[in-house]
Amino acid sequence: MVDPAAVGNAGTAFRMDIERGKIREFAHATRSADPRYLEVDRPVVPPTFLTTTFFWQHDQADPWPSVQLDQQRGLHAEQEYEFFGPPPRAGTRLTCQSRIGEIYTKQGRRGGELTFATMHTDFWDEDGRLVARATMTGVETGQPPKGET
Amino acid sequence: MTVPAAPAAWRIGPVCRTDFVRYQGASGDMNPIHHDEPFAQEAGFPTPFSVGMWQAGLLGSYAASWLGPENVRRFRIRFREQVWPEDVLTCDGKILREYAENGQRIAEVELTCRRQTGSVAVTALATFVIPAETEAADGE
Repeated sequence: MVDPAAVGNAGTAFRMDIERGKIREFAHATRSADPRYLEVDRPVVPPTFLTTTFFWQHDQADPWPSVQLDQQRGLHAEQEYEFFGPPPRAGTRLTCQSRIGEIYTKQGRRGGELTFATMHTDFWDEDGRLVARATMTGVETGQPPKGET
Repeated sequence: MTVPAAPAAWRIGPVCRTDFVRYQGASGDMNPIHHDEPFAQEAGFPTPFSVGMWQAGLLGSYAASWLGPENVRRFRIRFREQVWPEDVLTCDGKILREYAENGQRIAEVELTCRRQTGSVAVTALATFVIPAETEAADGE
């Protein structure tokens, strides 16, 4: 069951280095042949690349478990990336921090209550400028879903 | 026209487990439901299924090559339906609107990744800035 008290919980800040080889690997995995990712020295990150915080976000940096979304009834409903200028380039060292945004309920179309929870992750560059924000929305259904994405 | 027309629809597949695993390695999301056959079956699925973020990444590749990797400002993904091994995916996009904001031209586009059944796997609503040179190159 989702714990509404999780709203506002923040993880510790963590570092994430944007690397050319990692961008190249990600571009290949998402079938991009764009030379603007593959053939320049300091490419910008692809639109969904910041999901690779998986490699940098240690346990204390991730407040999401405190939401206690039921894994059996949980789905990744939405994911958003905002960039407040061009996306960060290879060679940038980002400082990142995640916090639980909102938790709210809606009536499902097929009956039953859906509980949504959001987590924001902010990304700052070396100059302390906010360059990107990721927002994940998870949903817990009234009954076990057929699957998750 | 100030915004370049959407490229032709992009067909990917049949997709396979290797596509999913390769994306998992690249992204760092190693959930076994996407590659471990016994684990997926134990959880009640016929086979492993794709990572939703892989399809979202395909839409990102399509949109970035269309409107420019440096120009993306917002990319909002909605996960709708799972993708399975042997699926054939089609990504396409359309311009929803153009507007000016803070002295920049912005295009809002809708991106869709469909399965061979016609059902929608993932959609994304994205905004890109349209640099002045792109407008000129468009030959209006």
